[in-house]
Amino acid sequence: MTTCCAPGTEGAVELERLSHALPSTEELVLSSRQVQPGLRQTDLSVPGVHCGTCITTIEKALQALPEVERARVNLSTKRVSVVWKETVDGRKTDPLDLVQTIHRATGYDAHLFSNAEDAGDRLQRDLIRAVAVSGFAAANIMLLSVSVWSGAEASTRDLFHWISAMIAAPALVYAGRFFYQSAWNAVRHGRTNMDVPIALAITLSYAVSLWETMHHGQHAWFDATVSLLFFLLIGRTLDHVMRDRARAAISGLARLSPRGAMVLAGDGGREYRPIEEVRPGDRLMIAAGERIPVDGMVESGSSDFDLSIVNGESAPAVAGPGDAVQGGVLNMTGSLVIRATAAARDSFLAEVISLMEAAEGGRARYRRIADRAAQLYSPAVHLLAIVAFVCWGIFGGDWKQAMLIAIAVLIITCPCALGLAVPVVQVVAAGRLFKNGIMVKDGSAMERLAEVDAIMFDKTGTLTLGRPRLVDGQDIDPGYLALAGGLAMHSRHPLSQALYRSASGSAARFAGVSELPGQGLEVSTGEGVYRLGNRRFAGGGAVPSAELSEVVLSLDGEELQSFLFEDALRPDAAAAVAGLDAAGFATGILSGDRAPVVKALARRLGVSLWKAELSPRDKVDAVAELDCAGTKVLMVGDGINDAPALAAAHVSIAPATAADVGRQAADFVFMHDSLNAVPLAIEVSRRAGRLIRQNFALAIGYNVIAVPIALAGYATPLIAAVAMSTSSIIVVANALRLNRLAGVERKLSVPAASRPVAVEARLA
Amino acid sequence: MNMLVYLIPIALFLGGLGLLAFLWSLKSGQYDDLDGAAWRAIDDDDDRPAV
Repeated sequence: MTTCCAPGTEGAVELERLSHALPSTEELVLSSRQVQPGLRQTDLSVPGVHCGTCITTIEKALQALPEVERARVNLSTKRVSVVWKETVDGRKTDPLDLVQTIHRATGYDAHLFSNAEDAGDRLQRDLIRAVAVSGFAAANIMLLSVSVWSGAEASTRDLFHWISAMIAAPALVYAGRFFYQSAWNAVRHGRTNMDVPIALAITLSYAVSLWETMHHGQHAWFDATVSLLFFLLIGRTLDHVMRDRARAAISGLARLSPRGAMVLAGDGGREYRPIEEVRPGDRLMIAAGERIPVDGMVESGSSDFDLSIVNGESAPAVAGPGDAVQGGVLNMTGSLVIRATAAARDSFLAEVISLMEAAEGGRARYRRIADRAAQLYSPAVHLLAIVAFVCWGIFGGDWKQAMLIAIAVLIITCPCALGLAVPVVQVVAAGRLFKNGIMVKDGSAMERLAEVDAIMFDKTGTLTLGRPRLVDGQDIDPGYLALAGGLAMHSRHPLSQALYRSASGSAARFAGVSELPGQGLEVSTGEGVYRLGNRRFAGGGAVPSAELSEVVLSLDGEELQSFLFEDALRPDAAAAVAGLDAAGFATGILSGDRAPVVKALARRLGVSLWKAELSPRDKVDAVAELDCAGTKVLMVGDGINDAPALAAAHVSIAPATAADVGRQAADFVFMHDSLNAVPLAIEVSRRAGRLIRQNFALAIGYNVIAVPIALAGYATPLIAAVAMSTSSIIVVANALRLNRLAGVERKLSVPAASRPVAVEARLA
Repeated sequence: MNMLVYLIPIALFLGGLGLLAFLWSLKSGQYDDLDGAAWRAIDDDDDRPAV
């Protein structure tokens, strides 16, 4: 940065970074990886990209920079990967420029993200490859089998069987390895799972078919073996898509904590040290726009702090010398020196992280419907096959025949339909929700959401939009509004921003405005000294209202105008809460805000259960208390302070405007403003649950018919192939019925613009 | 029946070709960004896959 010839630029950049919560230069450098000497790659998440124009704009803008080697936007994952040169013409590259270029070109924020999910993607790719291989093998073997079924005789049949055997062998090894590995793991630990009968069935049926082929037998099961594998792999792949990805929420929280801090040495020197090396007693220099690295005490300077990580509120709080500040809190306006009182691992943020770890560990105990079904299913199948083998052996006397029947039982009962029953429904349901702007993290979330009976909402940012809005705009003198707007444009305080937005266009121009952290703005003009800020600072007598935030404009200590702000209700919040109440859910509010504000909102929404002034730990406790009482809680929240509660609740939903950590901790994320997403997600999940149960019933009904045929010894390869395919197709077709939800969706997703509340929200 | 000696290898070869083409396209990242690819198709400048 060329601070020498353009003084003030650095500050402006800082402010821009602050207002959009952009990562800092140090963070960017630390998180980038070297692709080759002199070249580094940075992967950024840009949630805003949504169309072809975004791709071209971002790529063009980045490629225009001299330091950028190449840039590529991925629209599906909404990410940008940039490869940049470490130095250009001897000047060190500042990767913050990349982020700012994206922001300037499109107005979208870019964030860092961790590579936690890459391992999952690799497995997904392996699974897709296995599906392709087994699909190829199944198609070719089926082709040969059709000829055998239509009457190929003697040597031709043997030839076809041999070719089938040769195609099936590598497919079994390559595509079947997922089942073998999982089955082996289960058996080695003395357990059994769905994969044990699958592995047994495909191995035994292959072995017996090979033996039959060598002895010029009439029936070979190669087609059944491989198409079984094919169907099961489809189910497995879909299931993997819906599996819970390793949650990155904890790393997201960890990312909030700065990676280092500027430590002031005793001799006046400064040193940028990694966060782990900051010790209690160190004096740290905190610039405006930085997060407090560790718990500390303000030594000098005062500033406004964004305490949203502590209480979820957007309204900042003031702290000056002697006040304690928590690690992770954002310093907004002034620069400070703090004395560290705790090491990073003992700081507030570390406590929230450990709360989160505990909560996520608890959730892992939930067992998915498919797993529960497998637990009953696989012993039953084994038992059936063994009984068939023993009975036919003893009573029939022909052990080879008995073996064939036992294998037919294994193949017929193989959980093809069962393996597809859950993942297909969940994938269709997730697609349905995605169309309505709701993202689902994993399949089990929908199972859990269908079970909830209590819904807890956070206040700021969830029931409300979390953006202050000017009240009674028409009663305010436009002249004063213009003056206030002109002053307010010099501050990043959320209330100032709201004031400036309300006055936009008519805002007056001032020069030399100074901001006094924690108090307000001041400017000396020909007419006198204008002040804009809290009542004590600007002057004036009336008692401030408890429920609304207030800003006063004064001239030489004489009050000209007061501005009141409220937080606009999220569109459809009242309707959604009332609807959920009527549907028999217990609803409540868990907020970190002051009691009078929470009480007023609870009364307005008709919610009887509310708790105020909760810390992140209190929220987790409140959720845990309900949980102990046997209630399944859905937590809807957005803040960092909600994140542990989001992770602790039975299931959770967050708006897309939520803090990164909140979004990652939640099971569902909704993109649109309307709170109707909550009832819609519940409705779709419940329907998905019903369809899953229907699918189970279908799969079991199929077994009830097919198993006696196999036990009686009438199951030929042809019958097995037909039965297996039909049952799978029926289950998939049933899952597709979920697409007929259009009616419910229309009811719950009235275009936001037609609602008066939404219009207000837009103005604000 | 002698035709089978030619037909079966040809069928398998063509099928295998399709399989290889799919595996190649998967490996070269053509399924990484399906939404983006749909847009890039109507974009004039750049149609190379991701590096």
